[in-house]
Amino acid sequence: MDFVFPNEVHVTWTVMIVLYPYITGLVAGAFIVSSLYHVFGRDELRPVARFSLASAFVFLCFATLPLLIHLGHPERAFNIMVTPHFTSAMAGFGYIYSAYLIVVVFEIWFVMRGDFIARARGTGLVALFCRAIVLFDLHEDDATRAADHRIARFLAGLGIPMACLLHGYVGFLFGSIKANPWWSTPLMFVIFIFSAIVSGIAVLVFHYVVVHKINGWKLDQACLRSLGRYLWGFMIIAVSLELLEILSIGYQQTEEWEVLAELIDRKLFVPYIVLQFLIFSLGPFLMLATIVLLRVRDRVHNVVLWLASVMLLFQVLLMRWNVVIGGQLLSKSMRGFTDYFPGLWEREGLVTAAVVFTMPFVILYVFHRVVPLFPPADPRPLDVEPTG
Amino acid sequence: MAGDHHTKLSRREALALLAAGPGLLLLRSGPLRAAGASGPADADPDWSSRNWGYAIDPAKCIGCGACVRACRAENHVPVGRFRTWVERYHVLRSGEVHVDVAPGPNHVFTADVGVPREEIVKAFFVPKLCNHCERSVCSQVCPVGATYTSPDGVVLVDSKHCIGCGYCVQACPYGTRFINPETHVADKCTLCYHRIRHGLQPACVQACPTGARLFGDLNDPHGMLTTVLSQRRYRVLKPEMGTHPKCFYLGLDREVV
Repeated sequence: MDFVFPNEVHVTWTVMIVLYPYITGLVAGAFIVSSLYHVFGRDELRPVARFSLASAFVFLCFATLPLLIHLGHPERAFNIMVTPHFTSAMAGFGYIYSAYLIVVVFEIWFVMRGDFIARARGTGLVALFCRAIVLFDLHEDDATRAADHRIARFLAGLGIPMACLLHGYVGFLFGSIKANPWWSTPLMFVIFIFSAIVSGIAVLVFHYVVVHKINGWKLDQACLRSLGRYLWGFMIIAVSLELLEILSIGYQQTEEWEVLAELIDRKLFVPYIVLQFLIFSLGPFLMLATIVLLRVRDRVHNVVLWLASVMLLFQVLLMRWNVVIGGQLLSKSMRGFTDYFPGLWEREGLVTAAVVFTMPFVILYVFHRVVPLFPPADPRPLDVEPTG
Repeated sequence: MAGDHHTKLSRREALALLAAGPGLLLLRSGPLRAAGASGPADADPDWSSRNWGYAIDPAKCIGCGACVRACRAENHVPVGRFRTWVERYHVLRSGEVHVDVAPGPNHVFTADVGVPREEIVKAFFVPKLCNHCERSVCSQVCPVGATYTSPDGVVLVDSKHCIGCGYCVQACPYGTRFINPETHVADKCTLCYHRIRHGLQPACVQACPTGARLFGDLNDPHGMLTTVLSQRRYRVLKPEMGTHPKCFYLGLDREVV
């Protein structure tokens, strides 16, 4: 019969703490895609390189919002940087986040300086804003472009370990909680990084296709096919790690497994087994395998890739939900489970979550109005070539 | 108050002590004093030499809930949250273990145990509270250092510094922490720090009618707590967590976690 410690009837970390690792995952994933072009010279990804960097930036701007909404005293949030307690895994957050934000902001500045200058040469408030962004220096020639490129490439390279650190750290927050057998695994760090890359690529494909269809722009087929291959590869690694973790615990048949098996069977069967694995992992795996391994027409490829991306966005969201909420359903009495269902209108409810998640897309649209993120009609490469 | 670890008396406290002088004189010599505790009138109360600990004798607990009610009244614990609680165990003939806590804010068990009485082979009560661990994981994970261990070994929360992130709630293996819905900060048992600093017992210890709860100084070789622990068998909860709890359970059944 179920017994839950009386303070565990109330779930402490709710929807906002599901959203937080989800958004930071999108940041890390989008940034990795950007770096595949800027650092690793994957030229076919140029159509999404600027967009992915801008996406990483706007998601990063909103990554802390769920945390602030969740904190009991958000006005004390800076205590985490003013009086950090370094034995806590969480104490590093402020520094890691700030350092990464600085790198991303500088990289955007160097990658898009030319575009800001072009816009700054016009008139009006936006032009004035762009002049301020480039520090009122509108000079640009081949030498400045080459210098911008060198610095941007360096920052993109520096950002890769920082993106991994930012998101791996989120996984570590959960993986280091020894009191919770559903969380306590060293693999959590790695699982979070790979699922972040999957969600980052998926959100780029989703957004890229939607924006191009709405505007009637031509899709870059080489770019989409490359994104499809990367998405398939990274999802295989991410899902394999998730399966490896649960299978190894199950195979060992430890004392913990008794209660975890019950957790999966009674509380997480639908969200974890049915939705996360059977529908939203196996489904996209087969879909992506089809378009990567078989010769399919561009139109079919793009539709399947887009659907698989949407499904993988849900898969990663489900993974976050099953980790964050699932872990709290299990009582530390190891004798029972509590229940949780999010409210609609409460402070950390579904409406708030929807608003928080929508805001980056709105800001991205505003960003695009200032500096075009998808310049299909412009034959001039907006970034200098990544080689050299 | 949680987080208050001044060792000198303020003017207001001194006046209050003067006003309550005769009563305190009685308390100083009576059974309500903490075992081995020095009162505020001591010439040089060196609190850092103390190491407060706690022992529970489940065999003596009758599940009356007086401790829970005393704690709630003393510390203004919100309804639905617990700084301490009492678990009721029924071990059935089949080996199945049935555990429950008393419902409602008054923490009074009902006669209905939810299992057939003839199937019960063993029944007992187990009070629970913060274990004030020597290596407290809640202190380790607090990102701002709001949770800390006082010089006399009590794990406390600085409610004016806590950001209410809830990480300590997740990290505590014993489920003894909660986010207070009124103050929005982490809350837990303080061993009634405001009382023990004045030589009094924690409210739960004082309220227990059977002496199932013992409180004292683990550094006092002749204290009551040290004596009991040297004479009786005991164990701590979840020793595998490496937290080194300072709440000791005398003769505890293996069913308890």
